[in-house]
Amino acid sequence: MTESRRPRPVVQLTLMRLREMMREPGVLFWTFGFPVLISVALGIAFRVKGPEPVVVGALPGVTAQARDALASDGVQVRPLDQAAAQAALRSGQVAVVLVPPARPGEPFTYRFDPARPEARLARATVDAILQKAAGRQDRLAVRDQEVSEPGSRYIDFLIPGLLAMNLMSGSMWGIGWVIVEMRVRKLLKRLLAAPMRRRHLLFAFGLSRLMVIPFEIALILTFARLVFGVQVAGSYAALALVSLAGSASFAAIAILVASRAQNTQTVSGLMNLVMLPMFVLSGVFFSSSHFPEVTRPFISALPLTAMCDGMRAVTIDGVGLLGTLPYLAVLAAWGVVSFVLGLRWFRWG
Amino acid sequence: MNPTSPDAEPAVLCRGLRKIYEAGRGSGRKRAGEVLAVEGLDLSIRRGECFGLLGPNGSGKTTTVEMLEGLLLPTGGEVRLLGMDWAHDESRLRERMGVALQETRLPEKLTVEEVLTLFRSFYQRPRPLEALLADVQLEEKRRAWVVKLSGGQRQRLAIACALVAEPEILFLDEPTTGLDPQSRRQIWGLVAAYRARGGTVLLTTHYMEEAERLCDRVAILDRGRLIRLGTPAELIAGLGAEHVVELELEAGAGQGALDEATLRGLPTVTEVHLSGEGVWALAAVEPERAVPALRALLQERGQRLLRLGTRKATLEDVFVSLTGRALRDD
Ligand SMILES: Nc1ncnc2c1ncn2[C@@H]1O[C@H](COP(=O)(O)OP(=O)(O)OP(=O)(O)O)[C@@H](O)[C@H]1O
Ligand SMILES: [Mg+2]
Repeated sequence: MTESRRPRPVVQLTLMRLREMMREPGVLFWTFGFPVLISVALGIAFRVKGPEPVVVGALPGVTAQARDALASDGVQVRPLDQAAAQAALRSGQVAVVLVPPARPGEPFTYRFDPARPEARLARATVDAILQKAAGRQDRLAVRDQEVSEPGSRYIDFLIPGLLAMNLMSGSMWGIGWVIVEMRVRKLLKRLLAAPMRRRHLLFAFGLSRLMVIPFEIALILTFARLVFGVQVAGSYAALALVSLAGSASFAAIAILVASRAQNTQTVSGLMNLVMLPMFVLSGVFFSSSHFPEVTRPFISALPLTAMCDGMRAVTIDGVGLLGTLPYLAVLAAWGVVSFVLGLRWFRWG
Repeated sequence: MNPTSPDAEPAVLCRGLRKIYEAGRGSGRKRAGEVLAVEGLDLSIRRGECFGLLGPNGSGKTTTVEMLEGLLLPTGGEVRLLGMDWAHDESRLRERMGVALQETRLPEKLTVEEVLTLFRSFYQRPRPLEALLADVQLEEKRRAWVVKLSGGQRQRLAIACALVAEPEILFLDEPTTGLDPQSRRQIWGLVAAYRARGGTVLLTTHYMEEAERLCDRVAILDRGRLIRLGTPAELIAGLGAEHVVELELEAGAGQGALDEATLRGLPTVTEVHLSGEGVWALAAVEPERAVPALRALLQERGQRLLRLGTRKATLEDVFVSLTGRALRDD
């Protein structure tokens, strides 16, 4: 039993966590499979489509001439009777209904709902085509230039949000829930009955997360790149820094949440209480700029917002290490405060 | 260096040990929900001794043991182990004692070998893995996951974790509860082997047979208090009779057919107890005189026996006679 033969506690505790994770198919799915599935589902739902065609309904009596003029400019025309036109307009299947003049000489009527942006657009399009067909001349010479910015698609917005969300739930479940489970099983107490140092256990929790995080990030980024062509505009070092700070911050929050919970139901309730509002507010799936102006400072101070925005600053805006500092500061503040409180309140038994 | 604990010091010593669990949160008014789990316990366990804590469910065995193990803060009283105390010598004490808690669930998806290696890593001088596996006869299961072990094998693994560094004191909280007789005997063997190497054992149990077989001395706890302390033989002798006559009458005979006073009047009978199942137990100094008198009595009253037997008195009888209740309520 030379000194070198003696197993190291931090190594053994870390191995315990990694083995438990790798031998549990459910954990593997939630860590690796689930984020990929979400990005596939949302990536497909919001994939970039061609411009939506304008669809209009035409009541009996609209001349073939008018219909042809519209069709040749890419507008879909559906001949409909009064009742069908009414229903189609209500359900949004057509944006505008063309009503022919009741008597020759009377005006054409566009029937549409001005509260719908696409209806106003359709009305303008249809009107321009019909006026031109009737002989109107454009007075001003114009030219179109069509652009498509890389990084401006929904999937480019979504992937950094998913990364942040995944790292958050990884820390929360992988540390918070596991601590409470160990407490319920009296394993925490049993470990303390041995001469194990508490900091070794906490350190092992951190280390085991640290060893999984690179794989989580690499998997999502590789997948997003191969399937959706998502690029990282900034440096990978900056991305790693934000990921690390975010994971560490949520690890500390997980310790705080788990500090007193006596059963796994309590801790999962508490974790949902912490995470669900942030899923909505922090702009994982949709930009948080939709929320009222007064809520903005509060939302920006949330740790998930800081991690999402930090990730996006790197992957979309391409900021460097320095540019991530404001986000790191928010994450560090949450991490330090939670860690100190968590350790103070922690119940081992 | 601290003067290392002189061997004269007992392995375990506690005085006035008390524990009150506060049910409600907040420290305001706490009379209502609080539980008085241990009320002023004095114990002294010698080195090399096997000491048993006996008592029914909820009598405070686990609470006592966990306070001694330094896992639960006593509400009052003093604890010393090997001449040291928890406030000053925690890390040295942990190196020198081994613990198997009541029902710890070890990491389920680790193998036997991995669990033992984990526990070996905490100690300065762990014993070799092979020796541990051999001690608890789990060599063949070394690569099996903990979930795949039987109850007895799991309990042996828990004991192996406690024996990882050849402790001076071994704490076992209900090591055999819920196990089949064969597994139970295997664990008794483990304890005996550890004692043969000079170790001190403190175990809790509600099996009297276990206490009689393993323990040099036992303390009987009831509702957080020590009600008797002594060797098993002393406690049984305290009953005043070494034998127990048990009898059961045929169904329908009516409980009123016999009464305590009448039975107590039989020759050499010192104690009478009727269990919930309708079995009478009579402590008798000379059953060869008590039984014929009993038969004559029944004949005279026209009662028919379903069962009649004689056995040696056990700690169970001691407990019943002390508290009027059976030890196990399951
Ligand atoms: N954490 C706790 N909070 C409140 N009361 C508790 C707590 N733990 C135990 N008790 C109470 O303290 C008393 C003693 O419990 P303890 O677990 O020490 O009994 P025990 O003798 O080990 O019982 P068993 O044979 O069932 O293991 C019981 O009344 C129990 O309900
Ligand atoms: Mg108990």
